[in-house]
Amino acid sequence: MKTLKKQHSLFKEFDPLKPKKFQIMDNNGKIVNPGWKPDISDKEVLEAYKFMQFARTADLMAVSFQRQGRMYTYPPNLGQEAIAVAAGFIMRKEDWLVPVFREMGAWLLKGAKLSDIFLYWGGYEDGSLFSEAPHFLPSSVPIASQLPHAVGIGFAINYRKEDSVVFTFVGDGGTSEGDFHEALNFSGVWKVPVIFIVQNNQYAISVPVEKQTASKSLAIKSVAYGIEGIKVDGNDFFAMFAAITEAFEYARKGNGPVLIEAVTFRRGAHTTSDDPTLYRTEEEEKKWEAKDPIKRLRGYLISQKLWKETDDKSLLEQYKKEVEKEFSIYENYPPYKLEDVFKFHYKNMPEDLKKQRVEYEKFLNWMEARK
Amino acid sequence: MKVMNMVQAINDAINIKLGDDPNIVVYGEDVGVEGGVFRVTQDLQKKYGEKRVFDSPLAESGIVGSALGMCITGLRPVVEIQFSGFVYPAFNQIVSHVSRMRNRSRGKYGAQMVIRMPYGGNIKALEHHSESPEALFAHIPGLQVVIPSTPYDAKGLLIASLESDDPVVFMEPKRIYRAIKQEVPEEKFSIPIGKGKILSEGSNITVVSYGAMIRDVQRAMIAAKEAGISVELIDLRTIYPIDREIIKQSVRKTGRILIVTEAPASFGPSAELISIVNEEAFLSLEAPPTRLSGFDTVPPLPKGEHFYFHSPERIFYEIKKVVDY
Repeated sequence: MKTLKKQHSLFKEFDPLKPKKFQIMDNNGKIVNPGWKPDISDKEVLEAYKFMQFARTADLMAVSFQRQGRMYTYPPNLGQEAIAVAAGFIMRKEDWLVPVFREMGAWLLKGAKLSDIFLYWGGYEDGSLFSEAPHFLPSSVPIASQLPHAVGIGFAINYRKEDSVVFTFVGDGGTSEGDFHEALNFSGVWKVPVIFIVQNNQYAISVPVEKQTASKSLAIKSVAYGIEGIKVDGNDFFAMFAAITEAFEYARKGNGPVLIEAVTFRRGAHTTSDDPTLYRTEEEEKKWEAKDPIKRLRGYLISQKLWKETDDKSLLEQYKKEVEKEFSIYENYPPYKLEDVFKFHYKNMPEDLKKQRVEYEKFLNWMEARK
Repeated sequence: MKVMNMVQAINDAINIKLGDDPNIVVYGEDVGVEGGVFRVTQDLQKKYGEKRVFDSPLAESGIVGSALGMCITGLRPVVEIQFSGFVYPAFNQIVSHVSRMRNRSRGKYGAQMVIRMPYGGNIKALEHHSESPEALFAHIPGLQVVIPSTPYDAKGLLIASLESDDPVVFMEPKRIYRAIKQEVPEEKFSIPIGKGKILSEGSNITVVSYGAMIRDVQRAMIAAKEAGISVELIDLRTIYPIDREIIKQSVRKTGRILIVTEAPASFGPSAELISIVNEEAFLSLEAPPTRLSGFDTVPPLPKGEHFYFHSPERIFYEIKKVVDY
């Protein structure tokens, strides 16, 4: 179990009412706030770095598969990897992941196979089954509507006196939705072990965060609900790891929920159907490229002589092969069956669904007979 | 047997299930200390404690959304929406998640919850307290919509709903919450979801209805009998999954059908029933399948509501029209 050196004062020091952002590592990977550096071994940091690289490789290749017409609409993660990977490294088997759709690292670390993810974005519901990953919900597309589910799971954990924590994600735009506020309000009243991670990637499709809220930050929204909140540099792996560890310990001990605002930037498009040149400048993109989470952690590893710039090449080549392999599982997946349309709507299929299926089969037989 | 009204029968069903299933939790606005604005959950908090029967914040989406999270872990939440007119903030949760979680997760997670709500009008209420929105839910793949018409049915159908592995929108006809008293077994029993019931056999016309209108149809049937018309009355009991078979068999026998609903006519449950008649009993028809539904209007405030809700006279008038066609 990861613990921080200083217990439960992080939220006080970075009280969201003060205009402070929690950061441990600067843009070049230099540790600027050593007092808060989490107790994590070199080996584990290296592992996290490699995992961020793996998630990025998969993400970039997913965009490229979509461009080649081999997969459908896909939401890129580029530039946000530190958040999901930090969460994924802290999450245990018994903890819950209630995702949105832009935290691939957490999905993989929770036990989703990359082929599951390709299946989902490639048009099969089977990609939401995650047969080997318990305590993991399917992606929730209507913005912020998953947050009340996380609260309900948190309620059940308290009800059964279990030792699990719920990790849930939402974007900056999601903080404008009613469900965000209802979920935060319920979570405070019910004191549930839920960590709300707001990935503030600056844009909700094209709308900048300044047009979402007049609040001074997104973390500050925790104050009105009587729950802990903290604003974190989301591109700083160490800060994310420390903040989530703190939130995890806090929630697990029965103190209630935590809202973490992870400040980041979506370097890619909202989805492969989006064109960011319509709403943001190259200058802005360049500015954030300099704060890229992988670049920063690499800088740290190199400064600690744990990694060499040239080590990336072979690593990425190996990862590309692994991603290709997972993608081929999706591309060779059995064709969608008619029964899969009907099968899972009810535990026991209603008569009219059976009838509709039979009618369609008759049509198929008629088509077959015409050949 | 014990004489109960519908409020007592529903309370009894929840009480029994709270006693035999530790996964059941009951919550909503005012359901705890007060026992609900209609007292349906009266004394349950006293008996089972605040851990299992409690007041939630006043937010319907939060109520239903959190209930889905509970279902994911195996709990069986029973949530109350204070009036069906206030369910709309929760509509996104019901339509986008509750109804779909089983399909989306390929059967890994279910949404075994009951969403209870009083519905229906002719009770001299203010706006948003008289509607019959059952079609909105019945139209959503993945939901079950149940409406009892008697205390006995309310208890049996609610117990079946509380034991169902799929979500149930349980709509309670509040006009007859306390108007009908009958003997109801004190022990646990259930009535299957998806099955209608023939309340009276007849040969000239099938009348299909549900909820509070059943009693009004039965009053109209007194006049029909005097006029020599033999009515077969079917209580649908479940709006979805709809009992096609009972409609088919009855209309094949009588050749005529009148559907009586409080819900607006267009795209409503009555339209669906007529569609079933077309598919299943077309060649038996002696008259056009007909509906007596609410106007396609908002139910008027108390001074005008007598125009909207069907009197037994109006029902008899429509029965006679179909028979005389």
